[in-house]
Amino acid sequence: MMQFTDWDILRNLLLAARWTILLSLFAFIGGGLVGLILTFLRSAKYASLNVFFKVYVEIFQGVPLLMQLFLTFFGLSLLGIDVDAWTAAILSLTLFSSAYLHEIWRSCIEALPKGQWEACRTLGLTYAQTMRHVIIPQAIKMAIAPTVGFSVQIVKGTALASIIGFVELTKAGTMLNNATFEPFKVFGLVALLYFIICFPLSVLARYLENKNHATR
Amino acid sequence: MPLVSIDKVHKYYGENHVLKGVDLKVEAGEVISIIGRSGSGKSTLLRCINGLESFQEGAIYVGNQAVEDDELKLRLLSRSVGMVFQSFNLFPHKTAAENVMLAPQLVLKKDAEECKALAKKLLEKVGLGDKLDAYPANLSGGQQQRVAIARSLAMSPKVLLCDEITSALDPELVGEVLHVLEQLKEEGMTLILVTHEMNFARDVGDRVVFMHQGKVWETGASDEVFANPQTPELQSFLSVVR
Repeated sequence: MMQFTDWDILRNLLLAARWTILLSLFAFIGGGLVGLILTFLRSAKYASLNVFFKVYVEIFQGVPLLMQLFLTFFGLSLLGIDVDAWTAAILSLTLFSSAYLHEIWRSCIEALPKGQWEACRTLGLTYAQTMRHVIIPQAIKMAIAPTVGFSVQIVKGTALASIIGFVELTKAGTMLNNATFEPFKVFGLVALLYFIICFPLSVLARYLENKNHATR
Repeated sequence: MPLVSIDKVHKYYGENHVLKGVDLKVEAGEVISIIGRSGSGKSTLLRCINGLESFQEGAIYVGNQAVEDDELKLRLLSRSVGMVFQSFNLFPHKTAAENVMLAPQLVLKKDAEECKALAKKLLEKVGLGDKLDAYPANLSGGQQQRVAIARSLAMSPKVLLCDEITSALDPELVGEVLHVLEQLKEEGMTLILVTHEMNFARDVGDRVVFMHQGKVWETGASDEVFANPQTPELQSFLSVVR
């Protein structure tokens, strides 16, 4: 049997951490794009779509991410669509984060005074012009801090992808533990690596929040 | 032909009947003050004229344009009808000049230089020639409201609707805003004001419209209405506000 030095453990965890970061990035970008589309459609006030948005958000916020992963991974296979762990993880995390990001951004837009919309309307601006020149520049300021804050949730959410066999940080930790029987050392390092990824994001979110409060 | 003609307009908020058949004709160049208790429908009426509120019965015309519940038509209408709000509603992320320039640039597709010159001219006119690059947060209420007036004027409207535009101001700042309105009247601008400034309504306004329970209760030349109110409702209203 092969012997694992501490460096071997760390090296393997670091290699697996790449996948955690990559999965987080994909989920954040994918979720961001879907969330953005939802936000635009919602604020355009197509009344008939509103029920859809509400149900969408409730489902993805109200069902544990783990169940969503199971449903995508096993459920789609049952329907005859073959998905690998990577696709299933990205798909679930994208949908999951799109629901949260949409809620964050929608609330930022709705937090702006109604008078901003009315002023634009009386000046004859179109919906797109109003969004681009008046609403988004103001909403973005409010949205940055909670958005960065939510990215921490995405990073931690990727750990669940280990359960459907995707080898990221947590899964690598489990495998190394099975080989070394040193759970405290291995999972201690896993936790430390998550912290190293998430902590700067938290600090950034807090910094951005304070910065925006100061300029208001 | 009147510039603004309001014909038997009814407006409901659900069960609540807020405008009960309002008739009003405004000639070009007139200054009309709409007064009345809160809840009498005066702001709602004003907001119906530019389509910010829809109404269920009757008709409103500005020039020969009907006010209809249709995005495109309302956007066209916004070129003839300007509006100034109680809460200014300036764009806080843009400077005074940028606030004024935005609509001519986007809606009228004028080029940037032309818009800049226009912004400068209009801000000078409202006495803020030295505040072009100031952000709303660094301006007093009176200055913000004057920027808002300049912003409306940039679209060269035929009529300017003013919705209690001095009500959010400290008393010492009211004068500078009213002064701008007087100036506009002299230039022949048509003004429809919902206001609590009775002295201004009497001294500068041509005509007063007293609204009560969703109707035009009493109307007439300003000096006459104030000197000699006919209905008991207006008499009691004036005795309270004076």
